[in-house]
Amino acid sequence: MSGPQPAFPLARVSRRAEWIILAVALVSVLLLPRYYPVMNQMAIIALFAVSLDLILGYAGIVSLGHAAFFGLGVYTAALFAKHVHGDPFLGLVIAAIAAALLGLATAVLILRGTDLTRLMVTLGVALILLELANKLDWLTGGADGLQGVVMAPVLGLFTFDMAGRTAYLYSLTILLLMLFLARRLVASPFGMSLQAIRDNRLRAEAIGIPVNARLAAIYTISAGVAGIAGGLLAQTTSFASLDALDFQRSADILLVLVIGGTGYLFGGVIGAVIFTAMHHWLSAVTPQYWQFWIGLMLVVIVLAGRERLVRAILSPFTWLLGLARGRSGPAK
Amino acid sequence: MGIALQTFGLNKNFGGIQATADVSIAIERGARHALIGPNGAGKTTLINLLTGVLTPTTGRIELEGEDITRLPVHQRARRGLVRTFQINQLFAELTPLQTVAIAVAERMGRGFGLWRPLERDPKVMEESAALLRQFHLGDVMQEKTAALPYGKRRLLEITIALAARPRVLLLDEPVAGVPDSDRHEILDTVARLPDDVTVLLIEHDMDLVFSFARRISVLVNGALFVEGDTADVARDPRVRAVYLGEDVTHD
Repeated sequence: MSGPQPAFPLARVSRRAEWIILAVALVSVLLLPRYYPVMNQMAIIALFAVSLDLILGYAGIVSLGHAAFFGLGVYTAALFAKHVHGDPFLGLVIAAIAAALLGLATAVLILRGTDLTRLMVTLGVALILLELANKLDWLTGGADGLQGVVMAPVLGLFTFDMAGRTAYLYSLTILLLMLFLARRLVASPFGMSLQAIRDNRLRAEAIGIPVNARLAAIYTISAGVAGIAGGLLAQTTSFASLDALDFQRSADILLVLVIGGTGYLFGGVIGAVIFTAMHHWLSAVTPQYWQFWIGLMLVVIVLAGRERLVRAILSPFTWLLGLARGRSGPAK
Repeated sequence: MGIALQTFGLNKNFGGIQATADVSIAIERGARHALIGPNGAGKTTLINLLTGVLTPTTGRIELEGEDITRLPVHQRARRGLVRTFQINQLFAELTPLQTVAIAVAERMGRGFGLWRPLERDPKVMEESAALLRQFHLGDVMQEKTAALPYGKRRLLEITIALAARPRVLLLDEPVAGVPDSDRHEILDTVARLPDDVTVLLIEHDMDLVFSFARRISVLVNGALFVEGDTADVARDPRVRAVYLGEDVTHD
């Protein structure tokens, strides 16, 4: 091959990772019909985490209020289906636009300042939205939630069934599509310039990168993707409630990224699967104390380091991983 | 020849302190111009004013005859006023190839491309790789920048600036902290800068200043103290007096 080789090995791995996720997901469709609703949650949380990774992992913008965009997507999709049109894809587009507009409008708040001010400002925006949704109960249903969301069949063909099979496949398709687009985005000149800004804003400006415009753009895009994730939740559960905007949701999604890792997109998917599975099974086993185990895991991950943990867990299987990467022998 | 970069009565006050005092300086196109001065003379402040990190209290800056006094940093860079940094400012998580490719893509106006991966843009990648090979970085261009030895990172510091294809290049102490064993690569790089690039060198290392510069401005207490051809400045008794008692060869 002429010209330089692809610069980062991670891209090669993640190209396979997408197929691995697809394969695992398709097998799960056949083998785990009982868990469609849980897997649907996983797909939605994964997409939400990917949206946060776009700003956190690639542009270095921390947020404690990403639920603002998710929640706006939830309510927009629910209201659109209820009052305007029941088509799922159309609803997602509207949810994405609404959330992206909010992202664009609030981007100015995160352009300057330190991580701490960004945490506070994003948290503030989410709190404002939560209170608005609570007060505007004629529109949102307030604390009772918004019910009676009826969706038309996907593509006019696939009705949302009680078992949640259509819902899961629908969310999964959107997740994989958005993952593909996100992967293109972060490798594009635009995405690379974000990583430059993340690593050194001073130098990024010095080589002619319009830092504020780029940050505003990715914040808007990220908000739109979060809005799509929220839209999926409303459409597949036929319900919108205030907890979509809750602080807990913003905190959880950060946790998901801490579990799965930032800056390579698939961390959000891995984190979402682990987090949702733990949530599901632990809350069944110890309804009172499941957060204890999540908390313990968080502490262990941060103190021990994710890579070391993963290597320790995978060490018996490294020869297998080596095979998967097309090399023989254990990985170094 | 004509003037590439010029300032008119530039002043910068921080509270009661005047860091830059009425500096009017003209850098000719294609010049090899050095800016020297003892510590605290205001060299860094002047660089920050020229590049747009700071806004002058009063005065005006022109690049190729255009007023750029109020332009933000990135727009000055796009117009060809590019700098290197005294302390490395690099993209630690990226490779030198990615780093230079980002700068090249930006210069070509492709920085807002959303679809085609940067590494699959042959025009950008080939130019970037060629530039890196030219400046002794060919064998490490696929490694993570944070893992490079200091001398290589210092070279990358200059190569990034060149990727932006500057009309005026501000070199801020390029050999600062570089071990003697790696110096020749930096000196060679500086010596091989394209002739049509106007260079303003800010440096403490007098060997480099006298071998590189054809013209020297001496800054003292924020004001221009002496300006002239290298040989004249070297002989100037006032300059010797300013530097007397200071370590002339090193910071």
